Amino acid sequence: MGFDKFLFYVFALILLFAAVRVITARNPIHAALFLVLAFFTSAALWLLLEAEFLAITLVLVYVGAVMVLFLFVVMMLDINVAPVRGSFSKYLPIGAAVALVIFIEMALIVGSSYFGGEQYNLVRQAADHSNTRELGRVLYTFYVYPFEIAAVILLVAIIAAISLTMRQREGTKTQNPGQQVRVSRDDRVRLVRMASEKKKK
Amino acid sequence: MNFVAPDFMPLLPELFVLTLACFILVVDVFLEERQRHITYGLAQLTLLGAALLTLATYAHAPVTTMFGHYVRDAMGDVLKLCIYLATAAVFLYSRDYLRQRDLFKGEYYVLGLFGVLGMMVMVSAHSLLTVYLGLELLSLSLYALVAFNRDSPTASEAAMKYFVLGSIASGMLLYGISMIYGATGSVDLQIIADAVIAAPGTENLVLVFGLVFLVVGLAFKLGAVPFHMWVPDVYQGAPTSVTLYIASAPKLAAFALLMRVLVEGLGALQADWQQMLIILVVLSIVLGNLVAIVQTNIKRMLAYSTISHVGFLLMGILAGTPEGYAAAMFYTIVYVLMAVGAFGVVIVLSRSGFEAENIDDFKGLNDRNPWLAFLMMVIMMSMAGVPFLVGFYAKWVVLQAIVNIGLVWLAILGVVFSVIGAFYYLRVVRCMYFDRPEQSEPIQMKLDTEIAISANGLLLVALGLYPTALMTWCALALSG
Repeated sequence: MGFDKFLFYVFALILLFAAVRVITARNPIHAALFLVLAFFTSAALWLLLEAEFLAITLVLVYVGAVMVLFLFVVMMLDINVAPVRGSFSKYLPIGAAVALVIFIEMALIVGSSYFGGEQYNLVRQAADHSNTRELGRVLYTFYVYPFEIAAVILLVAIIAAISLTMRQREGTKTQNPGQQVRVSRDDRVRLVRMASEKKKK
Repeated sequence: MNFVAPDFMPLLPELFVLTLACFILVVDVFLEERQRHITYGLAQLTLLGAALLTLATYAHAPVTTMFGHYVRDAMGDVLKLCIYLATAAVFLYSRDYLRQRDLFKGEYYVLGLFGVLGMMVMVSAHSLLTVYLGLELLSLSLYALVAFNRDSPTASEAAMKYFVLGSIASGMLLYGISMIYGATGSVDLQIIADAVIAAPGTENLVLVFGLVFLVVGLAFKLGAVPFHMWVPDVYQGAPTSVTLYIASAPKLAAFALLMRVLVEGLGALQADWQQMLIILVVLSIVLGNLVAIVQTNIKRMLAYSTISHVGFLLMGILAGTPEGYAAAMFYTIVYVLMAVGAFGVVIVLSRSGFEAENIDDFKGLNDRNPWLAFLMMVIMMSMAGVPFLVGFYAKWVVLQAIVNIGLVWLAILGVVFSVIGAFYYLRVVRCMYFDRPEQSEPIQMKLDTEIAISANGLLLVALGLYPTALMTWCALALSG
């Protein structure tokens, strides 16, 4: 067993453990942190596959941006875990049955018999081969149409997020920067002339 | 690597809708609250312009461009024209409803147009990548539209359910796509089709495995039983103007999606997906029609009726013959026409501070507005499949296609449950004509809405008398 195969099994086991803990952890913060671990180990698996760009992107985008936001949201919401678990046991038998069937199906198909390296004509690239450049080259040429649609999807996401959160509610206290800037001294300070008082004896 | 810039001309309608949607987004910011009708007008003009461009560059022969990611053919063009028409009707019917509820905002039209763009991408998809991206563009717009009314807790709940289940469906679809990519080495539907025919027996197992996930994902999005759980809740919870949108045009895009993926891409696996579709069809028709009977909320009732109509749509496709595909396309177009009309009447009956949601709200409609009651009767009877209305002919051609491939038992099942289904459609008719009105408020309709709804209802009668024109159009579009 080569060293890279050993590394693969180590990372794969950590990934499986982390993924299981994501759904079994009682504390949402722990679940989110296990998800971070799962992302890190998948990135490591991609590195083993020599997909360096995808590995770095996974760490930068998912671990660096998405999960940090996610943790912020979880902390702010202060979710109470107890009521969510109420219906868990009710749906457990049917859920477990469906999961078992899907697991057996996947175990039969997703393996080296169909997806082994010998099924595909894998080409070993030289060490200085840049797959970032290769990706960029096809992304902006042959895949420009899907790429542009993905850009539109992001635009829709922005519009949706803004239109769902930007609204004026009754009773909320907000600042108006324009008025704050235009304020003059007379609006805030009033000088009162008054006679000095004598100390009472 | 030799790169030749692709031909952008076939993409003209898509580019036009995208540009105008962005333009409206910016213009809307500078409009006052009372000038909002300009946004509405621009949205309608966009649809009109897209329709003219599609007609002007009508594809008589299929054209593939953007390196195999995009195809322009007659089927796509016909469906796109129907999508523009359905969306224009949706915008028109929902205008007053939105205005009365303080929801008359630019985002409704911008998101609606981006949804149209998503449907156009789906209809013209020629690779699994564009299929997925188009579907996501449409779905994302729909999620936001369902949650559009922030003050309604039911709408937020519906949006949440829709979003979570829609995401699971997308995951299924992507997993299936990755399997098919693994087995064929491409996302281009043409290359996949060639690879499937050439694939030896052992690799077919991976393809069938991927196919299962693809069909499950598509069934989720279509709302076929047993993946229908979101449909009634979303239809009921969403504002009626959005329900009108979800129930109509996306069904046309879903039909195109099935045609592209199952027929064009995986046509060689027909024997496999036929079995899967039969299960979906039987469950959808049985459950949809039976559960609709006990509903008292008309939006929920129409949601279950949609599920049973989806069953008929799939029935036409599973026939796997050109006449079956033409029948399914005819059925989809007719269904969209009926759904727009039915929800259009529901939306017209609502006024400020009052949602016409229950079947009881239709009581005595004949005394309040005989013409509207007549139109609703036509739509309901057409949905039930009463002879001499187009709904009957649509069911007839689908059943004919299914009998021709020897699935007589399925056709009999379809007929039996259509008769059972007629009960709940006719209950609405009985409510309108034989019950006393519980409300006396006059029904207000703008002239353009009234003309459009009348045209919508009368079209069902006209198509019922002369169905051959549309049927020939569908058959021609599919053969071309």
